Amino acid sequence: MSPKNSGKNNSPVYGKAALTRGMAAAWPICLGYLPIGLAFGVLAQKAGLSPLEIGLMSVLVFAGSSQFIAVSMLSAGASLFSIVATTFIVNLRHFLMSSALAVYLKNADRKKLSFFAYGVTDESFAVNLSKYRDSEWDLDSALATNYTANFTWIITTVLGGVGGQFIPAHAFGIDYALMAMFICLLVFQIRGFIYVIVALIAGTMALFLSMLIPGNSYIVIASMAAAAIGVVFKKKIGPGGNR
Amino acid sequence: MVSKEYLAVIVGMGLVTFIPRWLPLIYLTKRSLPSWLVEWLDFIPAAILSAILLPALVTDGATRSVDLWRPEFIVAIPTFLFAIATKSLGGTVIVGMVLFGLAEKFL
Repeated sequence: MSPKNSGKNNSPVYGKAALTRGMAAAWPICLGYLPIGLAFGVLAQKAGLSPLEIGLMSVLVFAGSSQFIAVSMLSAGASLFSIVATTFIVNLRHFLMSSALAVYLKNADRKKLSFFAYGVTDESFAVNLSKYRDSEWDLDSALATNYTANFTWIITTVLGGVGGQFIPAHAFGIDYALMAMFICLLVFQIRGFIYVIVALIAGTMALFLSMLIPGNSYIVIASMAAAAIGVVFKKKIGPGGNR
Repeated sequence: MVSKEYLAVIVGMGLVTFIPRWLPLIYLTKRSLPSWLVEWLDFIPAAILSAILLPALVTDGATRSVDLWRPEFIVAIPTFLFAIATKSLGGTVIVGMVLFGLAEKFL
């Protein structure tokens, strides 16, 4: 590890160390992407996309659920505009995730932030945010986490497109890896009574909204509302009411 | 060969995906945020994870009707308790996977 420098970059680890720990933090994501990436590749190949086309989509978009939706829309002959518009709506939740991450990235290097932004997914957001909150985490490590996940996604989707139907992708309960990861990361976020309340409200609201409105905008609506209720609730019970 | 039409679709998808990821990181990291906004953002992770998880655990993705007798939900309970008890991400992922593998076989 290099000695601390007094410059703008005050991250606790540098270069190789950041790379290693960033990659290490990404393993549950990679495990979870394996079956999903392969499944996407198989589906895309069946829809008539070549491995090159699949890889290009994974590089340019890097957002699982919207890629699944886009492939089914492509095979149904949907227009460019409707596919792009749907992608926008489906991925709008990342706006909220980047906003929450921004709190920890005050005055970080703009170029690095742009590279980081590319890799903000549900999974990398949840991992990086817990890391920032609970440990000494830095943008270099976070970048390594994002790009490890990104690399895994690209490789597995292309592999799926080449011959995914021959890979037994659903063994060992691997389909549950991301779910289990989200469960644990949610536990990490619960740091007091008020967080329990917010999570319960968000979950219940999301559940009801998901049955009422099509698409996945229920995630954004429910979390924004629940967080707002949390702020009001915190004001009411005073600053000593949590932690 | 990649057709121009396909390229246009994925470049468009890439742009509309990247911009919402990018704007807050560029814009919000440059200024000091009002305290209510910081507080609100502080609740977002717990809210968003719960909003992603609960519907995924208790509803069938296709029909979106509540069904508690799903391996996803049943396995979530011990997985959740394990996460609370151990605070171990790696352990929780492994335990969840093993239980889910078993549940799919026997439920």
